[in-house]
Amino acid sequence: MSDPMEKSPLAIFREYCDRGELAYQTADNKPFFYPRLAAPGTGSTDLEWKVSSGLGTVYATTTLFPRGADPYDVSLIDLDEGFRMMSRVDGIDALEVQVGMRVKVRMVPGTEDEAPYPVFDVAEDA
Amino acid sequence: MSKIRGNAAIVGTAESDLGAVAPDMSPVDLMAQGTVRALDDCGLSLSDVDGIFVAASQSRMAALSLCEYLGVNPKFFDSTQIGGSSFMAHLTHAQAAIDAGLCETVVVAYGSTQRTIGRATASAREPNPYEDPYKPMMPPSAYALAASRHMHEFGTTRKQLAEVAVAARNWAKLNPKSFMTDDLTVDDVLNARMISHPLTVRDCCLVTDGGGAIVVTTPERAKDLKQKPVYILGTGEAITHAMISQMPDLTTSGTAISGPIAFERAGVTPADIDVLALYDAFTINVILFLEDLGYCKKGEGGAFVEGGRIGPGGELAVNTSGGGLSYCHPGMYGLLVLIEAARQIQGVCGERQQDNVNLTLAHGNGGVLSSQCTVILGSEDTL
Repeated sequence: MSDPMEKSPLAIFREYCDRGELAYQTADNKPFFYPRLAAPGTGSTDLEWKVSSGLGTVYATTTLFPRGADPYDVSLIDLDEGFRMMSRVDGIDALEVQVGMRVKVRMVPGTEDEAPYPVFDVAEDA
Repeated sequence: MSKIRGNAAIVGTAESDLGAVAPDMSPVDLMAQGTVRALDDCGLSLSDVDGIFVAASQSRMAALSLCEYLGVNPKFFDSTQIGGSSFMAHLTHAQAAIDAGLCETVVVAYGSTQRTIGRATASAREPNPYEDPYKPMMPPSAYALAASRHMHEFGTTRKQLAEVAVAARNWAKLNPKSFMTDDLTVDDVLNARMISHPLTVRDCCLVTDGGGAIVVTTPERAKDLKQKPVYILGTGEAITHAMISQMPDLTTSGTAISGPIAFERAGVTPADIDVLALYDAFTINVILFLEDLGYCKKGEGGAFVEGGRIGPGGELAVNTSGGGLSYCHPGMYGLLVLIEAARQIQGVCGERQQDNVNLTLAHGNGGVLSSQCTVILGSEDTL
């Protein structure tokens, strides 16, 4: 008899986001992101959800210059727990975002049209 | 050395119409046009073809479309789709299939009308809940991220990136089929419209229509055809990620895996190669690939390309066609990378032809530095 999973990894991730938490997973104490049903490299299904401290470092950064709109940042963030994600550093001029900058997560609340998602603010003393 | 080294040869190559093609031309029109031209190039006919290898972003089941259009029922077909390096993978798979006796004469084809219909329509992005909220412009933003990391770790400069674009433009001036041949300086690249910092529009490949085809067959059959056979000596493939946030190290591509495999299978070293054809979707690609293939140490690629070293008259001939940056970039450009690498061995490159070319390397890149495939080609003398 089939026994389908009740929630997708994405749905669980978004439930954490709704609570203002940045979630990631571990398998054998090894962190990974994005959320999956099986651990990359091993295929282990013995997975644990954890909540990140939200502190991280900018690993790589770019500023986009769309025609007729303001420039904005897209960065890859290395979280202190040892996983990497794409996000945006807010609150400063996009071209001021630097590799190596310390940042802290902030959740953008969901709306009718868009799910909640994490962005980052500068946290130089963290 | 691989036991299938030199067991198959490229015998015919052809570009389809390039640049901006006629209105309402379809990608399959261009694939077919390339196919008949490539067959004509070597003196074979459609009835000789028993294998079809094809991939395209505008044709979800490209083998079905091309086989129907051509009216062929091949014994072997393969639509491996890993982005712009798909055709290097096709060549590997064709080599294996020919060696196994599953087919004898194959066509590898591609076509795109992305300039005519718009890039967003030609390669629609799959929804991605972990990237879409941040609105990256893909693929340029992914390569910009890699460039930012390279600049941070190794002090690579925007001027060094620009040197790659200038070298490509200078080569393009020697190729009558090039899309852009105006003078281009390092300052022009730096001052061009910024797309995704640190990459300006001149650090990014062209957006053109185009396509073409390659005919591959057995060494026995290759001997008495119209063109000099170009033997497939060794190939290597690597996939490291799909999303740029999943790339293990943004300064080292899967080329560091595919390159050594190809060199080992071919039994040659980087220093033996006469001409390089590297998939230059963005200027940072060439720097990464020169490092990962072993032409300089990791982090020294920026300095390596300075002073016109990879341009016409430079120390190392890289992207003699003018590359995706200045010659032609119809979306999945890898097929045209292979064509230039083969033609340099055939000695048919006109003004840009290099002297005494016996070994060339064609390197394909797909996705966002995601798939990397290296092909080493050789003349009869290298067998």
